[in-house]
Amino acid sequence: MTEHPTEYAYFLGCITPNRYPGIEAATKKIFTEFGIETKEMVGASCCPAPGVFGSFDMHTWLPVAARNLAIAEEMDLEIYVTCNGCYGSLQEADHLLRENPKLKEKTNKILGKFGREYKGTTKVNHSIVVLHDFIGLEKLKERITKPMNDVNVAVHYGCHFLKPREVRGHGSSETPYILEDLVKVTGAKDVDYKDKLMCCGAGGGNRTADSVQSLEWMRQKLVSAMEVGCDCMVHPCAFCHLQLDRGQAEMNKAFGTSFDFPILFATQFLGLAMGLSEKEVGLDAQTTTMPEKLLK
Amino acid sequence: MGTLYEDIIDYGGEVFGKEHLETLRECVQCGKCTGGCPSGRNTAFRTRKLMQMALVDMREEIFNAPELWFCSTCYTCYERCPKGVKVTDIIRTIRNLAAKEGHMSVPHRMIGVYVMKTGHAVPIGPAQMELREAVGLESQPPTAQHPQNKDQLEQVQTIFKTTGYDAMIDFDWDTMNLKGMDKGGKK
Repeated sequence: MTEHPTEYAYFLGCITPNRYPGIEAATKKIFTEFGIETKEMVGASCCPAPGVFGSFDMHTWLPVAARNLAIAEEMDLEIYVTCNGCYGSLQEADHLLRENPKLKEKTNKILGKFGREYKGTTKVNHSIVVLHDFIGLEKLKERITKPMNDVNVAVHYGCHFLKPREVRGHGSSETPYILEDLVKVTGAKDVDYKDKLMCCGAGGGNRTADSVQSLEWMRQKLVSAMEVGCDCMVHPCAFCHLQLDRGQAEMNKAFGTSFDFPILFATQFLGLAMGLSEKEVGLDAQTTTMPEKLLK
Repeated sequence: MGTLYEDIIDYGGEVFGKEHLETLRECVQCGKCTGGCPSGRNTAFRTRKLMQMALVDMREEIFNAPELWFCSTCYTCYERCPKGVKVTDIIRTIRNLAAKEGHMSVPHRMIGVYVMKTGHAVPIGPAQMELREAVGLESQPPTAQHPQNKDQLEQVQTIFKTTGYDAMIDFDWDTMNLKGMDKGGKK
């Protein structure tokens, strides 16, 4: 069995540090609790978003992603992320560059202009996989001090956590289990719902192309979770968080609705179950409000 | 410029590998892509139709349709296609070709403006710095936008200049905005 690192380079991206720092704080606090050290990636940029920059110009998307990978390589560390967009971009770029020496050479010509080089020596991990596979459910369970016994959770994966499977490597994208396991370890109930595997609506520049239309996808998703009695939604993606949390205010304005369905990044949810306060994980500073049963 | 199919293979092939995109030829128009598409449920975007339009070289019709931008790149079609057509990557490549020919909205161009200005598609401002402090973090993360990391931001800018992305979106390095934005903007 391979030893998992106890020190990682945290690739922050944009939305986690610049809109929802509670996600960053919760993740760092939990990792520290389990003896995992986080190092900052000085000078890292936007990943850049895979469905956005990948849609506009993949020949620009790739070297920007490769530059971010090179920063972690210089630190001699593996990466962890808290956004499916960052996961999608960095892991896909790493995958493509490893497979194609000509592409690597072309990319390194650009990075060479400022003395950097992509070598292919880091690995891109999702923080949720570090929790599930590396720290492990047993250790997590030992630290649950505020069990979420009567809480019904709608799990939302987002798209680029599971797909494309050939790059992500987390098995089936139709019957996933990682988030479900993490939810259940807190004592909460993982509740299946109609649109569980549906996209939040934001990706691929869709939110920018037509925000009202993209909010309608999200409305359908939230309704299908609420219909089966879910108390909240737990997910692994900062970009989904922006759409699902702030998007509810935008949706209420656009559609005249009054949604206030609690949205939590997985480490915020785990953090509450491990005894961290609402304020410590930044849940007091977002659009959707947390019900008493999550905070007691 | 070849046919749209040839351009997809040439332009995208360099990144994804030609075989990856040549899967487009395998499409049998079964419609499973459209059936599982969350956008197809809500918009006029039809994945099956787009694949066929690409195969019969309907370049202008595809490039001028707003629906081209309603794919969220969720990869549901990509995973479910019974013929192994790499649908999402084909769509991303078609969008690249459309963008190169000027079919790119101002809001989409603006995302590039933010990255060239700050290194981030979603930059930080004073209000968010307060949010960071409230959860015990440094007011500004040590990313490319940090004032101490101007040299790092310049590296990002060098990439955009080298690949010609700045010209593609009509970016003006003097105003650090899209050209003509001060005069009411463009399409």
